[in-house]
Amino acid sequence: MNTDLLQLICFYFFGAVAVIGGLMVISVKNSVHAVLSLVLTFFSMACVWLLAEAEFLAIALVVVYVGAVMVLFLFVVMMLDIKQEVVREGFIRYLPVGIVVAVVMLAEMLAMIGVKAMHAHTLGPNPAGDSNVAWLGQALYTEFLLPFEIAALILTVGIVAAVALTLRQRAGVRHQSAAQQVAVHAADRVRVVKVAVERPASVNPAPVVVPPQENAP
Amino acid sequence: MTMADQLIHHLLIPVLFILAILLPLIISVAMFVYWERKVIGWMHVRMGPNKIGPLGMLQAFADVVKLLLKEVILPTNANKFLYYLAPMLALVPAMAAWAVVPFGPETVLANVNAGVLYLLAMTSMGVYGIILAGWSSNSRYAMLGAMRAAAQVISYELAMGMSIVCVLVLTGSLNLTAIVNAQSGNFFDWFWLPLLPVFVIYFVSGVAETNRAPFDVAEGESEIVAGFHVEYSGSAFAIFFLAEYANMILVSFLASILFMGGWLSPFPESWGFIGHGGFHWLFIKAFFFAFLFLWFRASFPRYRYDQIMRLGWKVFIPITIVWVLVAGCMKYFGWVHLGTGA
Repeated sequence: MNTDLLQLICFYFFGAVAVIGGLMVISVKNSVHAVLSLVLTFFSMACVWLLAEAEFLAIALVVVYVGAVMVLFLFVVMMLDIKQEVVREGFIRYLPVGIVVAVVMLAEMLAMIGVKAMHAHTLGPNPAGDSNVAWLGQALYTEFLLPFEIAALILTVGIVAAVALTLRQRAGVRHQSAAQQVAVHAADRVRVVKVAVERPASVNPAPVVVPPQENAP
Repeated sequence: MTMADQLIHHLLIPVLFILAILLPLIISVAMFVYWERKVIGWMHVRMGPNKIGPLGMLQAFADVVKLLLKEVILPTNANKFLYYLAPMLALVPAMAAWAVVPFGPETVLANVNAGVLYLLAMTSMGVYGIILAGWSSNSRYAMLGAMRAAAQVISYELAMGMSIVCVLVLTGSLNLTAIVNAQSGNFFDWFWLPLLPVFVIYFVSGVAETNRAPFDVAEGESEIVAGFHVEYSGSAFAIFFLAEYANMILVSFLASILFMGGWLSPFPESWGFIGHGGFHWLFIKAFFFAFLFLWFRASFPRYRYDQIMRLGWKVFIPITIVWVLVAGCMKYFGWVHLGTGA
């Protein structure tokens, strides 16, 4: 058993898991299970990328998509009260359209892969030794600095826009001011009163009053 | 190479190495639980466990046996598959993260180049166990605990990630061994000094990330009983417990490796035995940080939930972002001494 064969077996295994996960996303009844299948798909794709020696992309996929984005998805899906019957109503009806779209996309991808394969040139040896993280970092911050910064700017604008769209000022809301809470002194809240010690005055107990019997039968 | 040779080299030896890390880890979790109860007992002027074994040292093992013998109860209408899967999803990342932790200059299971990224990936996956445990239990308290825990873990992960970025900026590598080597020199060359605010933020975020006191609103006993694992019993609960403590020990080790020079000795090389680095130094440092977890728990009252969110988003993240720039300046103008691990 040589290493190439092992790699091939691993590739097909991860690929099969990814495809099965993808099919489960659209076919399982429970929507939380669907989200978890999507997580499984992402994870198997990360494994495939690891096989292709793209460690940085693979781990970044796990950190960003599995660790952050899908957690928020899971949150939303758990909070929503999804009626399964309503969601699955049109599944069979729209299935032909979906299959047509899928087949067209498959054909386009195959065409693109074919074109790429024709112009394929083998990559040179990694200039940064064995660490492709360092290589990627060097390339991003020197050769592709401008596109990289533009992408960062667009993402920041996206964040600001999302916050601005969802932020609504409501009247009559009383906010806590953390600065005021921190700056408070004990003297503002508690008053210590010295009370002179004195003997308890001997007080006669109140006389027992017998209530007058009204409306007696 | 024959088939048998390959099996030995690619399967048996790695498995033995993995066991050589995980078995001591599990035993140290048990001893850490004992130490926690003892320390908190002393701080409360109590005895702590003292009945089972010499000085009560076997208490944790007795508890493990008790937990394993108890019945795992499945709540009504719980999602059975996810209910049993959730403890595993909490435990596996907590254990898998140990693969890249270096114990010495040559002593590491997997010396990967993207080691820090791998750690971030593993710690960010632990939150699935918590969320799914809370959701699949079909219980209000568990759901509330899961929501709190997840929001808290996601928020503090950012501050933690940014403080690690400061270390990466100085080191220029994602490899944990290279990070320790970059700190070689004397005590004041370790990264705790140039990155002091970030070091504090890292450790506090680590406490929040593991949902420990004073950030333990996820299992605030006075409000939501036990949070996300309220419905779990027996061995399923024991697995959550194991994952939480393994994570605490991991954060302690990482604080030592990233900021306190890992296995390096704080004394000059000329001082003979105590001047030489070695895994014992790493263990001493990690033990100190693990002790801080217990000290915090015995000392601080629980934070209010909005205070936790405010601290994470409005205090920690801005400071770390500023300090990334400061670290960049330190590196660019050569204000810090960076060792080569010679």
